[in-house]
Amino acid sequence: MADKTSAAMIQLDRVTKSFGSFQALKGVDLAIERGQKVVVCGPSGSGKSTMIRCINRLEEHDGGRIVVNGIELTTSVKDIDAVRREVGMVFQQFNLFPHLTAAENLMLAPRLVRKIPRKEARELAMHYLERVHIPEQADKYPAQLSGGQQQRVAIARSLCMKPEIMLFDEPTSALDPEMIKEVLDVMVELARDGMTMIVVTHEMGFARSVADVVVFMDNGEIVEQAPPQDFFHQARSERTKAFLSRILTH
Amino acid sequence: MNFEISLIWESLPKIAEGAELTVRLHLLSLVFGTVLALGLVLMRISGIAILSWPAFAYIYVFRGTPLLVQVFLIYYGLAQFEFIRASPLWIILREPFWCAIIAFSLNVAAYTAEILRGGIQGVDQGLHEAGRALGLSTSQRFIHVTAPIAIRLSLPAYGNEMISLMKGTALVSLITMYDITGVARTIMARTFAPYEIFISAAIVYLGLTWLIQRAIAHAERRFSRYVRA
Repeated sequence: MADKTSAAMIQLDRVTKSFGSFQALKGVDLAIERGQKVVVCGPSGSGKSTMIRCINRLEEHDGGRIVVNGIELTTSVKDIDAVRREVGMVFQQFNLFPHLTAAENLMLAPRLVRKIPRKEARELAMHYLERVHIPEQADKYPAQLSGGQQQRVAIARSLCMKPEIMLFDEPTSALDPEMIKEVLDVMVELARDGMTMIVVTHEMGFARSVADVVVFMDNGEIVEQAPPQDFFHQARSERTKAFLSRILTH
Repeated sequence: MNFEISLIWESLPKIAEGAELTVRLHLLSLVFGTVLALGLVLMRISGIAILSWPAFAYIYVFRGTPLLVQVFLIYYGLAQFEFIRASPLWIILREPFWCAIIAFSLNVAAYTAEILRGGIQGVDQGLHEAGRALGLSTSQRFIHVTAPIAIRLSLPAYGNEMISLMKGTALVSLITMYDITGVARTIMARTFAPYEIFISAAIVYLGLTWLIQRAIAHAERRFSRYVRA
């Protein structure tokens, strides 16, 4: 997919990040092209979440460079706002606003940030709720929805801001097994529509069928990155093999 | 001793007249105090030392001293100063009613600021992150996400504060005012029937408490509509 300019959509150069004395990222390099789907896996504490949280500045990196769609992430508030407009994020815990209905959750940012009138925002919200297949839940509060429905609302809420890139931070880890599929299905559809996606997940079936690249992280570093066929069948590093044998056996 | 139940009923109407003053003191102090509390809590959580420290000190002083001492300091204490008696402020400060309102408002503000702080800190950190990721500014997140949830979390404790202020208003009977307790004391001085008269006063206070409880329960229901399915 590397076309014309080959300017990456997301570029990380030797990115470091510490929490106190713990170094969560030890010089991460990663380049993601427009439309690519990247699945990031690795043991807990390996820096996966920290890495994607740096991409929309929920965490501030200490060293190296992060460039998103041509905008370098610095301390400039304007640049951070610009990047956040490009990047949507879906969290493990959904993080829906509990005091707002599903539709209101979707309408809030378009109304406040994009200054779209209420009526148009409602239409936009309904459009995206249809896209995640739950328009009938529009006027329910998050507490009245199942986990799978809540996560789909959360995905739709991000899409309402029309991002170029979607980040998913373990989107199915908090879900009961029978609800994982409905969320993954929505993500697969999104991938087919050409969205640039970075997905932190242990759903290896999803990685196999959707990912262009699978990235394995351990101990704050990217240990291996490869297309899924190579990644699953001829992983080079011992750490990757050990990890795969652990998660693929159950 | 003699105990005349009839005296309880006979004194009730007179004492209930004092309730009007009690309610006025209560409502005005609540309104002023709560508005002041909003400013205080914003200062307290601002993360800016020159704002948060004065707020912290204020809250410490007003929570750390008895309400009665605060009422006396304002009503008797300020009147000691010649320049205050000479200033236009004296129009307000010579009135026990306004002195009481000032003392109660300042006191309620300190407690309510802490109650609101607890509510604000109780809001899930993940919601802030979701707001940031969506591009909402700090003030947009506060107004549209944090505040509505913090109000719900604060309501039970705020209800307690409302009730405790209502009882605290009885202190004005010590600075020449005829609230429920003040009226009860004058009737007692005439009849020498402390039990009957103060039981009557207690009944009126319980009635007011009941109204406050109902109001708070109603507000809690409204603000919690979304919590349960």
